[in-house]
Amino acid sequence: MTDLTREGIKATVGEEMVKVTVDGQEFEAPKGQMLIQAAQNHGTYIPRFCWHPRMRPVGMCRMCLVEMETPKGRVLITACTNPVADGMVIDTKSEVAKKAQEGVLEFLLINHPLDCPVCDRGGECPLQDHTIAYGPGESRFVEEKRHFEKPIKISDLVYLDRERCILCARCTRFSDEVSGDPLIEFLDRGNFTQINTFPDQPFASYFSGNTVQICPVGALTSKAYRFRARPWDLVSIESTCPHCTTGDRITVQASQNEVLRFLGVDAEATNWSWLSDKCRFGFEFIESPDRLTSPMIRQEDGSFTEATWTEALELVASRFTEIRDAGKGLAVLGGARGTNEDAYALAKFAREVLSTNNIDCQLDDGLDPQFLAATADRARISDLDSARTILVWGPDLKEEHPTLYLRVRHAVQEKGARLVLIHPWRNGLDDRATHKLTYRPGSGAALLTRLQSEEGEVATALAEGPLVALLGRTGYGEDGRLAEAVAAHVRSLGGKLLPLARRSNVYGALDMGLAPSLAPGRATTDNPGKNAAQILEGLAEGSILGLLMVGSDPVRDVPNGELARQALEQARFVVALDQFLTDSSRLADVVLPVEGFAEKEGSVTNVEGRVQKVNRVVPGPGQSRPDWSILDDLSDRMGRSINLVSAEAIAKEIATEVPAYVGVTWDMLDAEKDGVVVPLPEATQPLVYLPADTPGKSFSGELVLHYARTMFDDGVLMRHGPSLEHLAPGAVAILNFDDARRLGLSDGDQADIKTSQGSARLTVRIDPSMNHGLVYVPFNQPGIPSLGSDPVVTVTKA
Amino acid sequence: MTYPLLVTKRMTDFPSDSHTLERYEATGGYKAARASVGMTRDQLVEAIKNSGLLGRGGAAFSAGLKWSFLAPARPAYLVVNADESEPGTFKDRQLLERDPHQLVEGIIITAIANEVHRAFVYVRGEYPKPARRVQKAIDEAYAEGYLGKGIFGSSYDLDVVVHLGAGAYICGEETALINSLEGLRGEPRLKPPYFPAAVGLYNKPTIVNNVETLSNLPHILNQGIDSYKGLGHEADTGTFLFSISGHVKKPGNYELPHGITWNELIFDIAGGMRRERRLKTWIPGGASAPWFVPSDHLELPITKDDTAKAGSMLGSGAVVVMDEATCVVRAAERIVRFFAHESCGQCTPCREGTSWLEMILRRIEAGQGREVDFDLLLDVSDNISIGLAWPPRMTTICPLGPSAVSPIISITKYFKGEIMTHIHDGGCPLPA
Repeated sequence: MTDLTREGIKATVGEEMVKVTVDGQEFEAPKGQMLIQAAQNHGTYIPRFCWHPRMRPVGMCRMCLVEMETPKGRVLITACTNPVADGMVIDTKSEVAKKAQEGVLEFLLINHPLDCPVCDRGGECPLQDHTIAYGPGESRFVEEKRHFEKPIKISDLVYLDRERCILCARCTRFSDEVSGDPLIEFLDRGNFTQINTFPDQPFASYFSGNTVQICPVGALTSKAYRFRARPWDLVSIESTCPHCTTGDRITVQASQNEVLRFLGVDAEATNWSWLSDKCRFGFEFIESPDRLTSPMIRQEDGSFTEATWTEALELVASRFTEIRDAGKGLAVLGGARGTNEDAYALAKFAREVLSTNNIDCQLDDGLDPQFLAATADRARISDLDSARTILVWGPDLKEEHPTLYLRVRHAVQEKGARLVLIHPWRNGLDDRATHKLTYRPGSGAALLTRLQSEEGEVATALAEGPLVALLGRTGYGEDGRLAEAVAAHVRSLGGKLLPLARRSNVYGALDMGLAPSLAPGRATTDNPGKNAAQILEGLAEGSILGLLMVGSDPVRDVPNGELARQALEQARFVVALDQFLTDSSRLADVVLPVEGFAEKEGSVTNVEGRVQKVNRVVPGPGQSRPDWSILDDLSDRMGRSINLVSAEAIAKEIATEVPAYVGVTWDMLDAEKDGVVVPLPEATQPLVYLPADTPGKSFSGELVLHYARTMFDDGVLMRHGPSLEHLAPGAVAILNFDDARRLGLSDGDQADIKTSQGSARLTVRIDPSMNHGLVYVPFNQPGIPSLGSDPVVTVTKA
Repeated sequence: MTYPLLVTKRMTDFPSDSHTLERYEATGGYKAARASVGMTRDQLVEAIKNSGLLGRGGAAFSAGLKWSFLAPARPAYLVVNADESEPGTFKDRQLLERDPHQLVEGIIITAIANEVHRAFVYVRGEYPKPARRVQKAIDEAYAEGYLGKGIFGSSYDLDVVVHLGAGAYICGEETALINSLEGLRGEPRLKPPYFPAAVGLYNKPTIVNNVETLSNLPHILNQGIDSYKGLGHEADTGTFLFSISGHVKKPGNYELPHGITWNELIFDIAGGMRRERRLKTWIPGGASAPWFVPSDHLELPITKDDTAKAGSMLGSGAVVVMDEATCVVRAAERIVRFFAHESCGQCTPCREGTSWLEMILRRIEAGQGREVDFDLLLDVSDNISIGLAWPPRMTTICPLGPSAVSPIISITKYFKGEIMTHIHDGGCPLPA
């Protein structure tokens, strides 16, 4: 472990302990640890603004000045830049130290506008708090204060007030060191020093919101929270982020039953207090006026009318019973965005009440549920920090798994891990890659074979462990079995892996049995049902008649959206449990309003198998109900009661019935700060994963489609939040210059992009970094039809 | 009284062409460099250590000792600090402009002594002509095979790069200079590490030496340690360049030994006071140094130790002389304004405090002073430089902030009456 210091100098914190005396109290601290941290661990808080435990110290604000004894007398040192050493004697409260601290605070305040009554930070402001604890009682400054235009909008999400800024460099360090987008910088010097962005370059970082959270004053504020609340009115409850699969810990803050803010919690296991902007500002959907508040039944003319729960549930029960008893097919899609308790209820409902194994919480994501659920070689996120080599062959982590992006970045930059990055095109981690290989989707198997047999640099790097691999589909053109074949290679090298799936609680949902081939607890079923793609085909051709959608929007969320639309239109009876009318639920016969994130209690499971709690902060809107309660009600009405009485009761059932989750109780989760990783040591791990016998299909064509997700898209939760709804980059088709020229296309031309499953007219962009024979189109952009998962594509000038 | 010259001898003897390679070689140039090619690191470091040569950039630290601290990691770099920006200092400019080959030879000797194969000359941006002259000298040295691959026919490679600064005083601070050279903001780095010799340019061991320091090296090797030491005064060996400016009759650069008195320097060498006015005060070692006054310091010998004992420093040898018509409030305000303007802005006390001091002084000079301002000046200063001592106990990363405090310490100590007159009379009692 190392503590970070500036200029790449690392004070190594080792096992060796040294004796330090702070304010007369002697204690032992690991040699090399910064004094400010060591003192805090032993009960002495040294005031600070610029120091942040997750970033390199800069010693700029000078607030942490303390006195140290030396043979030549006492000297003032900054506690944030000086590592503890044996025999160090420190006085943090001497007259000299106190005067220095008071002096720094006076300096910080002379040009501060003191507009605290209208500042978002007022009430939770380190500058206010430190002024009371360490500052002068009055100001001696009678000159004109420094003025700047205030505030200025530096991105779609963040505002900067340079008058409030105390120039602590937290935001600039975060952008440079942590997120790797140095878009916010110091400009000018001396008394005119300011933070700003470069001209014509907005602070368009996926992680910009973190700077708002770590700003020690109200200089950086977010569009979503500006002037919305006073901090002392907020109810704060810790929970787990509903957007990503990493199980990032957040504090959900609400006032008067309205969720107003997410803050990152410094959870050692996961997000270290960081959140992507999608996660941080992705709370606004909770309070959207478009939330469904009442059950609705679709009329002949396609419009919906509100109904009572009894009317709606009776209708659903009778139609589902009819289809089930006639032996016609029923299917369930979704359940990967809720809690484990709801997923368990859904799996139980599907199997016991609907009598079907046609269950899929993944929406044609192409990854084998058994691959995702097996945990024998599963890495912990923290393994990245001790890895010698990290292999990332899957989605662009910056776009799809932002916390893993930050953790990989940290491991490479600060811990010296080597990064082997394999991707069809540009990738968020390019600047940190030790080895970067690009390839065309369809030729991944050949590349893998080369890596397995060749002696080259990359093969050598992979062979040198500890190896941690993050594997998934690089895009929808890629065959999911490729990731499994890569996993088998990683396993043969003794590496650990994190298989990367989408949707926040997908791992929990799979563990609860929401997959055609899985029973609850990572066990295989004897009689596997159909997967999402097969279900949609079955609905479209009439072999499946009824569909239950739970928090899923297949029309927008499966690669072949057109097939999903046909399926929903052809289906005889479709029920949606949803928070919104989506492109899919709009096609349902009955839509039932559900409680969503922050409105219900439960547990979720992250990519490592870590189970953590989500908590209720506000009530759900209108007549919305939790999934389990609706399903329990339906089961009664369909004559096969599943007997569920509360989420907590379901949790107890899971803790006794579901093999991998045996012994995992809510009490345990509430007590453990970072949750627990399942299975617990004493529980059984029944699922043995058999790797795919083929690394996926190979294909070639003149042009191949790289069809991948971006952080911001046209997803339901984003579409219903004012901060995020405009951030989707929009669809373009990006080609190499040579391919464009061959096709007679220039930058800015319109072109028809066609696959066997869909077509779209898009603007062409020429990018010299694009591989030959490759076309990149971002997935799920507003107003653009989907192109499907067939990667062979034709491009013609429109 | 005249004193023997060393680093300015060639330009004094041959003012028209002292900067040319021809003249340089005709007057014994590159002999020392040629000889040093065959010497070991230990021999060279030992020689310079024994010569007693102190750095001429301001800190007066033993050059040989600094070299001996060079960490073993390689590559190591040499950076020549030619960012001469201290107000009142203009000695390096003359060395760069008038005897650039002397510097190049010093670079070669230092490089060999420190196993350096790449050196950088960081010249302040406002010195275009000196930079051109140095570049020309370097080009000539390359053409002769004194620089580049296999210098002087040996197997030793040495490349020298000239880099111009962009107009920041702080880049004369060696770690800020290194940041600037790396393309970062010119901000001093945190200490520890205290010496670039441990971790410097591109995080590699780096020797940073001043132009005058390096210009001394050929002479030390050529004439031998004892002869070199004999030129100086006790611990202050060799000669020293003084830049004298202000209200004297003959301002300019003077190469002198230590040990003469201020009286001799100001009244004999610099010709005494202009317009026969009386000497009021002088800055003995650049704008950062606390001031001296005739009543206390005129007969003090000019040595490193005597100056330090009197609470100031010789710094880079810039002597700024002020006569009785000088308003000390205005003079202090001008110096504080300089430091406030040049503050890099990273440390709170320097960024905020120097500007605050400037505003208070400007207010007093404009007749808006208040009785409390006298104590306020001192207390704000105390919050930048605890105890107002010299050398300072800093609340900052580098000494720039505490340097701005020096004029305040000086005028409050020696000219309290004049400050109070400003405050009581509502303005400056001296003519504008």
